[in-house]
Amino acid sequence: MPEPNYSWPPREKRRVIGKRVSRIDGPAKASGRGKYGSDIHQPGLLFAALLTCPHAHARVRSVDTKEAQALKGVTAVEVISGPGTEIQWAGTEVAAVAAVTEEIARDAVRRIKVDYEILPHAVKEDDLKAAGARSKPAGEVLVGDPDDAFKKADVISEGEYGIPVLQHCCLESHGQVVMWKGDSVEYWPSTQNVSGIGGDLARSLEVPAANVHVHQDHMGGGFGSKFSADRWGVVAAKLSRASGGRPVKLFLDRRTELEIAGGRPSGFARIKLGARKDGAILAWESHSWGTSGVGGGGVAATQLPYVFTNIPNRRVNHTGVITHTGPARAWRAPNHPQASFLTCCAIEDLAARLNLDPLEVFDKNFQYTARPEVYRAQLRKAAELIEWKKLWHPRGQSGPGPVKRGLGIGVATWGGLGHASDCRTTIHPDGSVEVELGSQDLGTGTRTVIAMVAAETLGLQVNQIQVKIGDNRYPPSGGSGGSTTVGGVSASTRKSTMNALQKLFEAVAPGLGVPPDQLEAVDGKIQVKGNPAKSLTWKAACQKLGVKPIVEMGQNNPKNPMGLISQGVGGIQIADVSVDTETGVVKLNRLVAVQDCGLIINPKTAESQVYGACIMAICGALFEERIMCQQTGRFLNADMEFYKLAGIDDIGEIIVHLDITPEHDARGVIGLGEPPVIPGIAAIANAVANAIGVRVPRVPLTPDRVLAALEGRRA
Amino acid sequence: MQAFEYASPTTLKEALALLGERWGEADVLAGGTDLLSLMKDYVHTPKRVVNIKGIAELGGIRKTAAGLRIGATVTLDELLSNPTVRTEYPSLWAAAEGVTSPQIRNMGTVGGDLCQRPRCWYFRLGYGLLAQKDGRSLVVNGENKYHAIFGGGPAYFVSASSLGPALVALGARIKLASASGTRELSAAEFFVIPKSDSEREIALRPNEILTEVLVPPAAGVRNATYEVRHKEALDWPLATASVALRMKGTTVESARVVMGHVAPIPWQAKEAEQFLAGKAVTEEVAEQAGKAAVAGAKPLSQNAYKVRLAQVAVKRALLAAARGKA
Repeated sequence: MPEPNYSWPPREKRRVIGKRVSRIDGPAKASGRGKYGSDIHQPGLLFAALLTCPHAHARVRSVDTKEAQALKGVTAVEVISGPGTEIQWAGTEVAAVAAVTEEIARDAVRRIKVDYEILPHAVKEDDLKAAGARSKPAGEVLVGDPDDAFKKADVISEGEYGIPVLQHCCLESHGQVVMWKGDSVEYWPSTQNVSGIGGDLARSLEVPAANVHVHQDHMGGGFGSKFSADRWGVVAAKLSRASGGRPVKLFLDRRTELEIAGGRPSGFARIKLGARKDGAILAWESHSWGTSGVGGGGVAATQLPYVFTNIPNRRVNHTGVITHTGPARAWRAPNHPQASFLTCCAIEDLAARLNLDPLEVFDKNFQYTARPEVYRAQLRKAAELIEWKKLWHPRGQSGPGPVKRGLGIGVATWGGLGHASDCRTTIHPDGSVEVELGSQDLGTGTRTVIAMVAAETLGLQVNQIQVKIGDNRYPPSGGSGGSTTVGGVSASTRKSTMNALQKLFEAVAPGLGVPPDQLEAVDGKIQVKGNPAKSLTWKAACQKLGVKPIVEMGQNNPKNPMGLISQGVGGIQIADVSVDTETGVVKLNRLVAVQDCGLIINPKTAESQVYGACIMAICGALFEERIMCQQTGRFLNADMEFYKLAGIDDIGEIIVHLDITPEHDARGVIGLGEPPVIPGIAAIANAVANAIGVRVPRVPLTPDRVLAALEGRRA
Repeated sequence: MQAFEYASPTTLKEALALLGERWGEADVLAGGTDLLSLMKDYVHTPKRVVNIKGIAELGGIRKTAAGLRIGATVTLDELLSNPTVRTEYPSLWAAAEGVTSPQIRNMGTVGGDLCQRPRCWYFRLGYGLLAQKDGRSLVVNGENKYHAIFGGGPAYFVSASSLGPALVALGARIKLASASGTRELSAAEFFVIPKSDSEREIALRPNEILTEVLVPPAAGVRNATYEVRHKEALDWPLATASVALRMKGTTVESARVVMGHVAPIPWQAKEAEQFLAGKAVTEEVAEQAGKAAVAGAKPLSQNAYKVRLAQVAVKRALLAAARGKA
């Protein structure tokens, strides 16, 4: 029999895919029955605590753990940063203690005496001139002849913009429960990388990867920061080993979580645009800077201009700034929100300079993007949904009264190609179906999507599929980064379930008196194509298997997507804000998100992804920033009090429009986790500029910054 | 959190006998919304924690001829649910409502609101109440966008109390008990600016418990609170103003104007109070009063914006009070 045709069923024939299915693990999560790593409570559980360094830059001279070891209830002490270690950011792990209670563990780490040689530190990067020798120029990207183009331009618009380091703030902090069992390790991490993290831990522990067993039913947010075992995973395992194999629980406290387990690079830039009177951009010049910690880093020169990558004449420079701060980790669409903010602010400032409607200026310059028509259509749709024609006014002409209203635009692009993924489908003779993948559900609805694809293929209901993920003994699936999961798991599940169905057809075809390729699975039956009267119920069909279940694999290979998946999406968001010009307080009224996304398996969870992403963008635009103190070297607001996140009343109305069209659908499945988080900050910042008539150059748009901009001061 | 002895007495007398003569010996626990975080951060490491929630006499709100008597363990939610507070003391009601977390309103108490420690991030990181390092103020030379614009140091934290400014404006009195007796202070006297790290920001002594708050009758007093907040959800206000206007017809006979989150204590704006006497509260008068209220502000390097916010808060509180009923 030839290889099955794995293509997605045509839209009109889909019974499950494309329906609004509630997430299948919703009740378990809402009721608390679903267990996260931090809920794991094995008999004999020990609690571990970390001693972290309070200095931003220091060398460890000595570590004395005697008093900690002597404390009753302490079972093991491990030194992580021994004598001679150069500490490069405050919060670095120095030692860890396991004890019978969390309180004893925390008291014990305070008894560890560390002698530090304090070294000079620098923790700020917002002022490039002050960075001096900490600057790491990344080289210039030069395209065309920007100098000549600026000379020919009708207008030159210049601006400076900035977006600080912000943190991942995973609701469930990083950590794990880990337990040695003879030569092997049972491991319950909070991870985005079920199939890969065991090998990572194994390398550090110098045990075979086969000996590490990873379990994770649920996890409480990663956003790109939870791929590796990390030092706290390794030390927890060592503490377990040193405590006779008792399970050890080590989750970071909130301060440490913010200080060392997350962080998105900052992005600052001076940008100059040269344009014609009609708004068409002729030249781009930018010098950006930012930090990812001691490595310098920031938004790469190749990431600017964002989306408008084909502006004909460009000079782009970037300088990484070294800081003694917690290292950056991938943050949902790494560097795209910063690049979108920098680019879209410069374009709206150009529009204001030309006294043109930014809608026209964006539209005109979409010629410089990879997908002009997609962006044009999305912008039209977003403008319609926000009532642009009715509400937009030229910058600063909001009318009388202290509260000013404004609209602003942001754009996004993303890849989202499915990662490598293997899936195993088992059809049991009693009709039950298991679908197994070493994948993970970050809260995005991955489980539900897998069940839907399997149900669609097998002609069953979603609740007839048992989805098994979150265990590295299942077939390997990629880590959930880069919006790659939905493409990966949907393609591998499609293939695996189809392969299994093929075997079932082969088993029942003789009884139905037709060749297997004349059979189809529909509505819980296996039937002869075009002759539904000739059929078997699913259960009766499976009984034909005798005692041996069908076990079939399916594999997604990103290099050969077979039409099931693809990549490359755009998105446009428009924000509607009100600004109290007496207090500088910004209120988001509405945020419209128009997003193209390929074939949507579950519109409900897809929309949820967009809502969640918009909320993150609102937080970044209005509230979030890491505040470092140069005197102490400390991250002062490493808490949930002054590291501010939006509450429900701060969010406003989010209007999601998934750009579902036959053309997009035909492209197959594309990841959606990241793109909708990208444009919101730009849109909100532009809306505030439109409302109050001046650019607030840096986000978050806090009252101090807004008032400073209104008063012509620098905040 | 350091291990501690826990006591849960049922009478005030028992509770007072369990307190120490020096700070650090015992801490009083009511709602615990501040104390637990202080202990988890090792800012407070009491040897004993005395839970006063089981002491019946410290609870309850009672209206008397002398005004409103509010027990120390009355929760913010109870305060908000009280019809007298809502109708006669809108400034107090709005201040309690400004604690925009149902969890904290359900647990946090009136006494706890007045006795909570400052939120200054240097203090919470263990640099002491005055936040000094090598004799220099970390605040003055560091990150001070949320710090004081009045007071002139050496303390630069802002009083965290939500109810304090309203109670000062309303002329409330605060009753403190110790084993040797009770004493009463005006709300204004209760808050003090410490001059050293070993002092406290309130007049309460280590061997005392705040037992009740007495708010004088509000007849003829228009009062309101306005908070400027960055976030609607749980967040500390950036600046607030509570005003109490004793009216004679449409003109102000006497005024109390008190700003919150701008100084180590609720900051009384005497200039604004004098300015308002004898005037009707118009938009223009409120604007001028706001300006007068912040005339003496001395902002730090990053908090000049708070001068503006305090000014606006005073203006808006005055206009709200003028719109309200006496």
